[in-house]
Formats: sequence, C-alpha cells, structure tokens
Amino acid sequence: MKANLKNRLCSKNAVTLYFITALYLVVSILVYGGWASRHLSSMLISISCYIAMAVSLNLVVGMLGELSLGHAGFMSVGLFAGCLFSIYTVGTLPLIVRLPGAMLLGGSAAALAGLVVGLPALRLKGDYLAIVTLGCGEIIKNVITNLNITGGALGLNTSTIYSGTKTLLPYAIALVFITVLVMMNLKKSKHGRAIMAIRDNRIAAESNGVDVTYYKLVVFVLSAFFAGAAGAIYGHSFANVKAATFDYNMSIEVLVIVVLGGMGSINGAVIAAIALKALPELLRDISDYRMLVYSVLLILIMLLNSSPRFADMKGRWSIGAMYKMLRYGRKAAVETEVSHGHE
Amino acid sequence: MIYLVRTLISGLSLGSIYALMALGYTMVYGVAKMLNFAHGDIIMVGAYSIIVAVSQAHLPPLAAVLISVAVCACLGVTVEFLAYRPLRQAPPLNVLITAIGVSYFLQNAALLVFGSEQKAFPSIVSFPSLSVGGVEIDGITLATLAVTAVIMASLTLFISKTRIGKAMRAVSEDKGAAELMGISVNRTITLTFAVGSALAAVASIFFGAAYVYVRPTTGAMPGIKAFTAAVFGGIGSIPGAMLGGIMLGIIEQFSKTYISTLWSDAIVFGVLVLILVVRPTGLLGRKLNEKV
Repeated sequence: MKANLKNRLCSKNAVTLYFITALYLVVSILVYGGWASRHLSSMLISISCYIAMAVSLNLVVGMLGELSLGHAGFMSVGLFAGCLFSIYTVGTLPLIVRLPGAMLLGGSAAALAGLVVGLPALRLKGDYLAIVTLGCGEIIKNVITNLNITGGALGLNTSTIYSGTKTLLPYAIALVFITVLVMMNLKKSKHGRAIMAIRDNRIAAESNGVDVTYYKLVVFVLSAFFAGAAGAIYGHSFANVKAATFDYNMSIEVLVIVVLGGMGSINGAVIAAIALKALPELLRDISDYRMLVYSVLLILIMLLNSSPRFADMKGRWSIGAMYKMLRYGRKAAVETEVSHGHE
Repeated sequence: MIYLVRTLISGLSLGSIYALMALGYTMVYGVAKMLNFAHGDIIMVGAYSIIVAVSQAHLPPLAAVLISVAVCACLGVTVEFLAYRPLRQAPPLNVLITAIGVSYFLQNAALLVFGSEQKAFPSIVSFPSLSVGGVEIDGITLATLAVTAVIMASLTLFISKTRIGKAMRAVSEDKGAAELMGISVNRTITLTFAVGSALAAVASIFFGAAYVYVRPTTGAMPGIKAFTAAVFGGIGSIPGAMLGGIMLGIIEQFSKTYISTLWSDAIVFGVLVLILVVRPTGLLGRKLNEKV
C-alpha cells in the first residue's frame, strides 16, 4: 500500500501535475503581488486556453489517431454559447457562478457540435475524416458569422463581461487542471487503452470486442467539450470576439502544438503549448516568421518521427533520454534506449 | 428563364476551374494514395510566377505560361522528394500532417516573398464572348471548358495507352506487386507529381483570369473545394474529376444566386460533408473493400 502510494506520487503523471502547479504558483504570486508586467499577465489566459485546447485535441490526434481540423470551430461554439450566457446573466449572477456556468454551457454546446461532427466520423477515417472536420469547422464559422444573435460579421460585443487576468486566472487554472487530470486518467483507464487500440489497429481492436463507434463518438464529444470550455474563458478576456478569428489557421496552430509535444503525450502538449505561445510573444522581432517556423516544425517532426532514415536518432534527444542519462550515466541510457527499441 | 440559364453558365465557368484543379488532385490521390493538401498552394505559386513573368520580366504570355508550368512541376517534384518520399511507409496520419505542413509552408513563404496585399493577375488570354439566344457566354468560360475537356481526354489516353500511364495504374493498384514487375515506384510517383503540378499551373491561368486578384492564401480554400469535387466524381477517376468539378461549381453558383451569398460557403461545405459521408466512393468511383 505504501509502495503503491509512493509510486503514484512519483509517477510521470504526478510529475506533470507538480510541474503545472509550480508554474502556476509562481505566476500567481507574480500576478497577485503586482510584479507581473502587463505583457506577461495578458498572455496567461491565452496560454491556459491553448493548453486546454492542445490537451483535448491530443485525445483525437494522439490517442485516437484521427486528424481533426475543426478544433477551432468547437472552441468558437463554446465561446459564443458561454459568452452569450454570461452577457444575459451579467446583472443577476455573481462571477463565481456565472463563469463556471458559462464554461459548462459552452462546453456542452461544443460537445453537442462534437457529437454532430462525430457522427460522420463513424463512417470515415483518414483523409476524408480530416476534410470533413475541416468542412465542419468552416460551416461553424460561417453560421456564427451570419447569425444575428452572435453579432454577425462585426463580432460579439463582450465588453460588459470583460474581465482582467486577475479575475480570470483562478478559473483558467482550474480548467487546465481538470482537463489534464481527466485526460491523464482516461489514458490510464480501460477506455483509454481501448481508444489507443483503435488507433494502433482498428480491425484487431474491433475483433477483440472494442466498440469502435462508441469510442469514436466519446472522443469527439469529450475533446469538443474541453475546447468549448476553454473558448468560454477565452471570450471573457476580450472586449469583442469575431467568429472569423477561429478559422482553419487556429486549428493548425493547435495541431502544431500537439505534434511538437509528441502525439499522444499529455505532458508534451502542455510544454509545447507554453513554449509555442510564450516564445513568439517574447521574441517579437521574428513574429513575421512565426507561421513559417510552425510549418517547418510540422514537416521536420513528421520526417524525424516516421522516416526510416532517422529511426535510430529517434528518442536520443528527448527529455526522457536526457533524464535517464543524468540519472544512470550515458551507457545505461543508451542501453535502455536499445531495449525499448526492441520491445 | 434567362436568369436561370445565366446562373447555370456562371456555375459552369466556376465548375470548369474546379474541374481543372480536381484533375491534379485525382491524379496524385489515385497513384500515391495521399491527399496532397499543397495542391491548391501550388496553383497559387503558378499564378504568382505568371504575374512575375508578365509584369516584371515583360515576357510574352506563352513564355510566361511555360515558365509557370516548369516552376510548378519542379516545385511538385521537389516537395514530393523532400517531404513525401521519406514517409512512403509511414502511417497515413503522419503523411497528412506533413502535407498540411507543406501547404502552410508555401503560403507563408509566399507571404514573405510577395507580401500580404493582393496582386492583379495580368490579362494574358482574351477570347471573344459568344452570344447564344440572348445569353452572353464569356470567352474565358468557353476556353476553360475546352481546355479542361482536352486535358481530360489526353490524360485518359496517357493513362491507358502509354507505358508510363500503365506504370501509374499498376502502382495505384498495388505498389508491392508493381515493384516486383520491375516498375520503379518512386520514379512513377515523382512523374505523377510532375504531371499533377503541371496541371496546377494550367489551372492557375484560368483561376487567375476568373478571380483577377491573387494572394498567398488564394489557393487554399478553392483547393479544398476542388478536392471535394474530385471525391464527388470518384477519387482516382479522371472523367469523374471533371464531372464532380462542374457539378460542384453549379451547386455553389445556384446557392449564391438563389439562397444567399453569405451562406454559400456553408452550403458548399455541407454538400462536401454529405458526399463524403453518404457516398465516399463518388459518382464514378469504384468501391474498395477493406482487407484484413
């Protein structure tokens, strides 16, 4: 029992949680102590939302092995549903009820959209599914832009519910923790293993009794839910939101984060979200090249990951390998690398 | 009635451009079994190379077109060699992400080179318009339709009669067996990319003439729609690409005219989703059975 507890406290997932806790602790001290620059505090909400987006997209791309190019669409459904709820209840409900309510409602609305998009996913896979999710993302954008209730092409005026970083940060931290915890536990559970079995070999999984239809729907709904909840918070940090912001390019941006972090890795998604969102803000001079760098990253990571030419380089430069090298020395690290490779 | 015919004709004009683009998609998808996301962006590069050749180098139109074809074919082959060839054995998801990366790279590289503001496409081709029964048909529409039909016919001949075409069909059928029969799979796929990208250059002429302005992101969305057209007609089928493209163009034009311009994109993408879900093999495609 004691050893079990120790194992759990030192497990990889726990380390990720410690890492996030420590990071947010430092950030909170800076923000509430008044030491954070305006620049830093303005980034925090957006980074937190991107972490939630990336971790939830990782469920589809990394664990289910299907490409979703409509993640920004789900986010914008959640954003508009949540913000509309917030706008109508701003006079009656206090923030502590209103914001979680908006997140829940936004998440549910997005989950519903995820269900609708997930239904075609039952028949499709690969390229066709990717195109369908892309198409659905564009349809969502088009519909929101043309509805009156969402402010049309001018965007929704959210200045009445706008809140600063100091007010939003606790909710954003809660969102990140809940998203990461849910995804970690899902990955370790029976359901997570079933989802990953579908990714590795759909036919084999099906013949072993895994309900592919059910799990594909669950994955789409769950990932859309968290994207929607993140969207609701994200909307509160702006004075005006337009559906056109949440287009294909934003979906690609989240995809780059997931791929850079390593598909299927939750800690990777968190680290990559922080790195990719914080670095361009800090290095303003190269902002013109940001998208170009993203695209090169996508191509290079894919080549390094799956080209036979680079297969023996794989894993040698990972953080895990470096940790092993520090702990066991160079030789042992190489040996564990080799034994892993032959599993 | 005249109104209806006019809508039909502008739909035909839009559709013939989609058809021309869809031919490139269907060639590459049929042989290499991958969605070349970057095809739309290769069309954009083709349009820019014509702009540079005509307005800056002051070359005659024919030379500009030839240069554009050469640039696109080289670009297609380079992309295939650098990005897609190392991934021949990789899972489809990785190939798809790489293709998105390439598409994004081309867009952003063009953004850095040419800037974000739109550039006017030079009018290098002009055709007299034709008047039939009081309805004016644009010369460019007729030219696009004629060129698409000619390209379709010659591609069909090329695929069915020549040695290279046979090799392409063999690779499309079974890569391993083709390799055993002495066909170089890599060379065949490279050639397919060269042909597909050269078609993109041809598409860029008519695309530029119809849309007039070119921007770095010009190719992306029409590219996706053209891919839908290819799926609509049945992916891998050359007559199917033409049929699908023309039908998609007519659908888009009719929804613009009779429903709403604002909703036309949503309708076209709705049709896209519907086709992919209901009939993924398309109108003229063959049904593929899954092998265990």
